[in-house]
Amino acid sequence: MTAPLSVKEQLAIPRVKMAELDPELRRAGFAEVNRGLRLEEALREAQRCIQCKSRPCVQGCPVEVAIPEFIGALAENDLPGAAAILRRDNALPAVCGRVCPQESQCEAQCVRGIKGEAVAIGYLERFVADWALEHGERSPVDANSSSAGRAVAVVGCGPAGLTAAGELARKGHQVTIFEALHDTGGVLRYGIPEFRLPKTIIDAEVAELQALGVRIECNVIVGKTLTLEQLRAEYDAVFVANGAGLPMMLDIPGENFKGVYSANEYLTRVNLMGAGRDSAATTPIVIGRHVAVIGGGNTAMDCVRTARRLGAERAMIIYRRSEAEMPARLEEIKHAKEEGVEFLMLTAPLAIGEDGKGWVASLRCQRMELGAPDASGRCRPVAVAGAFFDLPVDVVINAIGTRANPLLTASAPELGLTRWGNILSDEQGATNLTGVYAGGDIVRGGATVILAMGDGKRAAAAIDDYLASP
Amino acid sequence: MFEILENEILAPQLHRLVVRAPRVAAARQAGQFVIVRAAAGEERIPLTIGDADPVAGTITLFVQAVGYSTGRIVAIPAGGALRDVAGPLGVPTHIGQWGRVACVGGGVGTAVLYPLAKALAAAGNEVVTLIGGRAAPYIILRDELAVFSQELVITTEDGSLGRQGFVTAPLAEMIADPARRPGAVFAVGPVPMMKAVAALTRPAGIETVVSLNPVMIDGTGMCGGCRVVVDGEAKFACVDGPEFDGHRVDFDTLSDRLATYREMEAAHRCRLAGKEAA
Ligand SMILES: Cc1cc2nc3c(=O)[nH]c(=O)nc-3n(C[C@H](O)[C@H](O)[C@H](O)COP(=O)(O)OP(=O)(O)OC[C@H]3O[C@@H](n4cnc5c(N)ncnc54)[C@H](O)[C@@H]3O)c2cc1C
Ligand SMILES: Cc1cc2nc3c(=O)[nH]c(=O)nc-3n(C[C@H](O)[C@H](O)[C@H](O)COP(=O)(O)OP(=O)(O)OC[C@H]3O[C@@H](n4cnc5c(N)ncnc54)[C@H](O)[C@@H]3O)c2cc1C
Ligand code: SF4
Ligand code: SF4
Ligand code: FES
Ligand SMILES: [Mg+2]
Repeated sequence: MTAPLSVKEQLAIPRVKMAELDPELRRAGFAEVNRGLRLEEALREAQRCIQCKSRPCVQGCPVEVAIPEFIGALAENDLPGAAAILRRDNALPAVCGRVCPQESQCEAQCVRGIKGEAVAIGYLERFVADWALEHGERSPVDANSSSAGRAVAVVGCGPAGLTAAGELARKGHQVTIFEALHDTGGVLRYGIPEFRLPKTIIDAEVAELQALGVRIECNVIVGKTLTLEQLRAEYDAVFVANGAGLPMMLDIPGENFKGVYSANEYLTRVNLMGAGRDSAATTPIVIGRHVAVIGGGNTAMDCVRTARRLGAERAMIIYRRSEAEMPARLEEIKHAKEEGVEFLMLTAPLAIGEDGKGWVASLRCQRMELGAPDASGRCRPVAVAGAFFDLPVDVVINAIGTRANPLLTASAPELGLTRWGNILSDEQGATNLTGVYAGGDIVRGGATVILAMGDGKRAAAAIDDYLASP
Repeated sequence: MFEILENEILAPQLHRLVVRAPRVAAARQAGQFVIVRAAAGEERIPLTIGDADPVAGTITLFVQAVGYSTGRIVAIPAGGALRDVAGPLGVPTHIGQWGRVACVGGGVGTAVLYPLAKALAAAGNEVVTLIGGRAAPYIILRDELAVFSQELVITTEDGSLGRQGFVTAPLAEMIADPARRPGAVFAVGPVPMMKAVAALTRPAGIETVVSLNPVMIDGTGMCGGCRVVVDGEAKFACVDGPEFDGHRVDFDTLSDRLATYREMEAAHRCRLAGKEAA
């Protein structure tokens, strides 16, 4: 063990840089770009944390991970200890360490960021979580639950559902997850590509849940195969986490030409079905040479980087505001640029053109400029009069967002909804129906993995209380 | 896994499968479909639920092996299993009382038509069934449809069975004859057939329901790939359909979008042929 460092020495350590796959090599496949830290790197980065008494970083994390504590354990090379602390607050740390927008959450609050660079909390979280997965560290089962042994149904196998299921199983309940698709993970599997989140991580997390006794039934569409009413009759409580999965249309001319995809369709074909990247896959996809992706969020970055990997010579982001307003994680934007993605900022799509045979041939664009800030504080883009141009493209991907999927809620008319079709629930996830809880994107609209998990965790606690009450 | 209990060849390339899927069998209504995957790694394929026995926990699928994935599905013998069967999906058929109803089926569309026609007859409608195909061997479910059809008209393109020509000819005669004029028409088959039927019934003002077959993946409204244009608006056939008012459907956009993967599909068919040859 090395001697403890002085604060001055701690402050002198520069922020670790994560090794990344060479941009040239990335185009050849879907290998993970971020390669992870080595033990020495992680130990050194952990020493940059000055263990603030006020723990501002914790306030920045939606599930209040005990950040100084897990980093403290790591700094002492106590990996099992660090893993146990992490697991208490975060059911899927290997996922969050990779996909959380740390720069606007935990790391944004880190005091080390005031005068320099924040502690790389996400990297450290990933490091500890990967170590735990590799070393088969199992999460403890909480035998203290007062209401053990009740049956709970979870709808949806995304991060919210997985988290709630894990929490409830640890409290001794018999949990069954019903998933509409043929595989687990929700957006983690069909949306986020392997170069950001390897599927083996989802598989490992799912296997751990199964080891805890959670049953997962795929191919069950609640609202169609089984109704919410049936689940309420057969189970003591229900947690609904069916996500936000209804793509919004662009509503511009040409949207039905061959080669126009929603981000969900494009990513599902590639990630869930293996189209374009697995030679054994039988699901087809149109491979574009010039691909335009409309939108500026994580989904848009995932699409454009996927298109590049499938062989696009030009892969372009079309975004109506400027780069500063893009909601995507900074790291995705950086990686996309390294991979040769072009960013057409202050550009809005007007119409899609065809080649005379119904295939996409061009995208007519409108130049924009930033006007006064709107209600959200972001500058509103306004069209520059007469400034149009045509972009030659053969695939257009719409990544402007999703809304609540009405498949389940339409079949349960008594369930309270917002005017946008999202399920209404209180802080604990309770809906207007007794014993029915909800969380994740179906409640929040498109949000983040960690917010969905936080909902799953809070709802699990509330469900456990509900089941304990006489 | 969903066990295949029966796999019977009804016509060239057309199989009738009985599959154990108790939850689907219990929930299913006429007009709904399932998404099937033969095995891990395979495509997700939409197939209409032709019939169901909730007591036995089985559903019947009529599958025409037109390409790689349907070929893989029908190649599984009784005793084997499908990896995934998800459903029932789509909005059930609205079974109204129209008095006389013409049910028009073309090719494998006849299989999709069968549960609708059966449900319409069970609801007290007088069902006249018109089915067409390329030649005699492609005419399917004749006897099954005859059980509840007031009248059964068959047309073949080569005249090898029934009348020579397309189903639209006897339908036009029905519409023209006040004594036989249907109160509603249900049409399921190739897009050009449904388009022709809608063109016939539109001037006559006869309510016409068509069942659309765009390319699907999830079947739950998540991907938007199955969008069809109805009344100038995008509708997702898997959740808003698959049945729509035939007078409002943009059939040309549908046929164009159905051609998206044609070249790739041809390549897959070669691969299947290769596997069989091996
Ligand atoms: C491409 C993409 C990239 C993203 N990148 C990031 C990122 O980098 N960082 C981040 O924090 N967030 C990211 N997000 C957002 C994040 O993935 C979501 O907020 C999160 O997955 C929501 O979790 P959930 O459990 O509520 O729903 P989902 O992950 O959507 O899971 C819902 C599950 O329910 C299933 N389901 C739906 N209807 C039914 C039904 N009727 N019956 C049974 N099952 C049903 C679905 O098939 C799905 O498996 C991204 C989203 C997308 C689309
Ligand atoms: C709601 C619905 C119900 C259907 N019911 C039946 C049925 O009961 N029996 C039956 O035999 N067929 C049915 N079909 C059609 C069937 O899904 C297609 O024939 C099948 O998907 C073709 O796949 P393939 O790989 O064998 O052929 P391919 O050679 O890949 O494709 C042949 C043609 O089938 C269509 N097609 C391809 N992939 C899909 C897909 N994923 N979804 C829909 N269409 C596709 C395209 O027009 C394509 O050109 C139905 C389709 C829909 C949408
Ligand atoms: S869960 Fe996300 S926000 Fe919270 S500490 Fe981990 S990386 Fe940061
Ligand atoms: S704010 Fe930064 S330095 Fe302070 S405890 Fe949190 S991670 Fe460590
Ligand atoms: S098949 Fe994906 S939305 Fe209909
Ligand atoms: Mg196919």
